[in-house]
Amino acid sequence: MAELTYRDAVARGIAQEMARDEDVVFLGEDIAKAGGVFKATVGLLEQFGPLRVRDTPISEQAILGAAMGAAMTGLKPIAEIMFADFLAVCYDYIANEFPKSRYMSNGQVKCPLVVRVGSGGGARFGAQHSQSVENWCMQFPGLKVVAPSSPVDVIGLLAASVRDPDPVIFVEHKSLYASKGEVPDGEIVDQLGRAKLLRTGSDCTILALGLMVPRALAAAEKLAAEHGVQAEVIDVRSLVPLDAQSILASVAKTHRVFTVEENPRVLGWGAEIVSIIADEAFYDLDAPPVRITTPHIPLPASDVLEDMAIPSVARISESVRRSLSA
Amino acid sequence: MVVKVGPKGLAAVPPQVERQVDRQEDIGEAKRLELYRLQVLIREAEQRAYDLFLQNLVKGTSHLSLGQEAVAAGCAAAMQPGDLSFCTYRGHAHTLARGVPVEKVLGELMGRDNGLMRGKGGSMHLTSVEHGVMGSYAIIGAHLPIACGAAWRAQYKRQSDVTTCFFGDGTTNIGAFHEALNFAVIWKLPVVFVCENNLYMEYTPIADVTAVASPAGDRAAAYGLPKIVIDGNDADTVYRTMRAAYDRARRGEGPSLIECLTYRYSGHSRADPAKYRPAGELERWKQNDPIKVYRRRLDEMGIAASKLDAIDADVRRIVDEATEACKKAPPPSSDILFTDVYADGGSTWRN
Repeated sequence: MAELTYRDAVARGIAQEMARDEDVVFLGEDIAKAGGVFKATVGLLEQFGPLRVRDTPISEQAILGAAMGAAMTGLKPIAEIMFADFLAVCYDYIANEFPKSRYMSNGQVKCPLVVRVGSGGGARFGAQHSQSVENWCMQFPGLKVVAPSSPVDVIGLLAASVRDPDPVIFVEHKSLYASKGEVPDGEIVDQLGRAKLLRTGSDCTILALGLMVPRALAAAEKLAAEHGVQAEVIDVRSLVPLDAQSILASVAKTHRVFTVEENPRVLGWGAEIVSIIADEAFYDLDAPPVRITTPHIPLPASDVLEDMAIPSVARISESVRRSLSA
Repeated sequence: MVVKVGPKGLAAVPPQVERQVDRQEDIGEAKRLELYRLQVLIREAEQRAYDLFLQNLVKGTSHLSLGQEAVAAGCAAAMQPGDLSFCTYRGHAHTLARGVPVEKVLGELMGRDNGLMRGKGGSMHLTSVEHGVMGSYAIIGAHLPIACGAAWRAQYKRQSDVTTCFFGDGTTNIGAFHEALNFAVIWKLPVVFVCENNLYMEYTPIADVTAVASPAGDRAAAYGLPKIVIDGNDADTVYRTMRAAYDRARRGEGPSLIECLTYRYSGHSRADPAKYRPAGELERWKQNDPIKVYRRRLDEMGIAASKLDAIDADVRRIVDEATEACKKAPPPSSDILFTDVYADGGSTWRN
């Protein structure tokens, strides 16, 4: 057991899979010699050499296209798109190519690849380098979408994603890279499609993802300390496949549900989950579900403004308290 | 044989190349008969696809390669087993040229259960991995980077196959073309990019929307590649050029970009009557018809007409039989609607 940063967990997860399987290759901008602009891939070039860890030009379409062609023909590429926002310049592969190739070919074509992206706000980068892109990806049948919130989950879910036979968008949170957590020694392999119960409680269920997970946990502690409210906190972790059963079971127990989403409000991942709850657990609910999200605005650069936009510990706990006492 | 291109390209004029009797023995009679047969097969199958569309048996859209047969035939004949090809939505020809049965292609166009993908892909997405046909891509430019990835795998795993990527003149104006060319060169990938310049991007003359006369050829220098513009209506020229490019790729010397000048007899898609063509242009190009040119060459080489007639008859029989089989084939069964979304075979995205 050692304490590891989320950033170092990325490199350890990639190294674990590259050491295990020679078909795993890694490409992206500044990922090799520079060790990544977020320093999340330091040491991989030295460990695995320039044939397996390859710097690319600023050509996001070439990066994702090459990853797909390699995946179709026998490799298991990990591609990095530096800032998640840049998925918009290679969205064809996300929307039209990766997820549809197997279906359109009646099962002939496979696409086992992982696209790692640095997502989310809190770094004061402004509207084009701060977005949460999970819902850009989860809408396409054929794609899987995973977003870890802790170092141990980074390694375990990255391993599961690399070993998965489908294309996976692996959403890392930039504001979590410096966060630390206990990580066991040895190989770590998790499972896609499993939510993680991080705190048990009987009064309400809080669903969160990425950076919103530590904030939801802190809000739950605040609610317990200040108001005697016991919130259950679930890290959704995997949007596709979605562990709907764990969510529904928690709602059946607490009868109240809150989603904490960093994305702008319209069509955030919480909307889909709330719709499932409305369909399948309506009579378990004591009150309408509440979505706590960034407002439907682009993210501003100023720290003061950005902090007002993204759900904070105070906003989460206050939203829950107000709703429960209503 | 590199065609000389004038300042305005060849927008209205077929390639002015001297058509000498080509007796060079580097190709040989067997290969020439294969080239002839492939072109006739593509012509007949494409014509049949059009007829079936007029009978409302082919639904949706289709993009024919009538007039461009020499490119697909010349390239496929130069490939080796195990080589991979990526084509566009105008990909019936390239799929057939790799040996995919006519019935499978027509069945897919007709949305029947005997189709290549059982009706799940359609005309624009023909794929036959067992033949090395790694898919037909309907988003302009998307498959150039994908072809780079397939070639990267060959390079990384030290496998000897070469990847061919077919695309049209219009593709040279989209970003993915430029990203892929640069990428293939800097990584020295075993991929050959084949631009079929049929003079029109969809409905608009390519010369009206392109900064240079040769949409692919004049861009090659930007990536340190030689300008190669060839007569795409001459299957022998295509075959020889591709052989050289494949040899180069297999020697580890990197990619090639080849522009084949040709002409599309039909409109862009079934919805397009091609009224934008100047009067007489189509007729001039038909004088330069790839099958007519090739048959004349074989005649001049002394190959018996009966041999060629037998190929024609055999191809017609194959296309007729495929047509009948497709007409009799049932529609796909409803259970495949939900299969193969994910690798577990199904479409489940949640528990």
